[in-house]
Amino acid sequence: MADDPLVIAGRTFGSRLVLGTGGAANMAVLERALLASGTELTTVAMRRLDAAARTGVLDLLRRHSIEPLPNTAGCRSAAEAVLTAQLAREALETSWVKLEVVADDRTLLPDPIELLDAAEQLVDAGFTVLPYSNDDPVLARKLADAGCAAVMPLGSPIGTGLGIGNPHNIEMIVAEGSVPVILDAGIGTASQAALAMELGCDAVLLATAVTRADDPVRMAEAMRLGVQAGRHARLAGRIPRRFWAHASSPRT
Amino acid sequence: MTVTVNGVCWELLEGATLADVLVRLDVPARGVAVALDGAMVPRPSWPATALADGAGVEVLTAVQGG
Repeated sequence: MADDPLVIAGRTFGSRLVLGTGGAANMAVLERALLASGTELTTVAMRRLDAAARTGVLDLLRRHSIEPLPNTAGCRSAAEAVLTAQLAREALETSWVKLEVVADDRTLLPDPIELLDAAEQLVDAGFTVLPYSNDDPVLARKLADAGCAAVMPLGSPIGTGLGIGNPHNIEMIVAEGSVPVILDAGIGTASQAALAMELGCDAVLLATAVTRADDPVRMAEAMRLGVQAGRHARLAGRIPRRFWAHASSPRT
Repeated sequence: MTVTVNGVCWELLEGATLADVLVRLDVPARGVAVALDGAMVPRPSWPATALADGAGVEVLTAVQGG
């Protein structure tokens, strides 16, 4: 099968699965899950330095040449997100940021007004911005127009495992076609990751589905295969849906 | 003077700098960033950044998340 790399902001990735590191029971499990997933880009959060924070997640990523993607998780306003992104760039020596600006703890849904404001500020400041967004094609277009390197619409709220609530919206975001689309949030199992790719997404970002599975390492492998299967199916071109049967064996 | 470091009150001598705080925190050589009163201060500027009474210092690093 021909190489089919993911390209974001001129950078090439062999894997179309972006993993998050949140929720893993311990570093050993996280390490094995990351390797099983085949990911080359993995999110980390920025938090106060204390004894618990010195767990070495960055060392783990460096050891396996996995690129860290700092996020702005927990930020509620554009100002907070911009400061967090600046701190992440300073600490991690990367200008890439997964931009998250959520509205409340109950839904963890993106606040579209603050999100777009933060995205514009960060693009102006030279960041490579990957915004976690609502599954709204108009917002996605505005984020792309603002100069974001990709758009990352949610399938369903973070951590719910409900899959892709509005597949048609995801297809419309893909159809805009101006920047890569990464399905972010809501994936619970491998078939949902495959569906995201079948809908035309360029990659899938997930964390909880792997880190909180009974067997995170096996689920990481399942997600790797699901993303690959969905990508192949998308490129292969599926048959049209028919109402009536269509015999697959000759009749005479 | 009193300075808040990651939410904890510290008593410091007048003239203390950001670098003094970070030495006491034993910050690693890489992977850390500092905000003073809501603005990021790059590492090369730590020694020359004097702290005022009531200043708020946040020292952040990357952790599992997202």
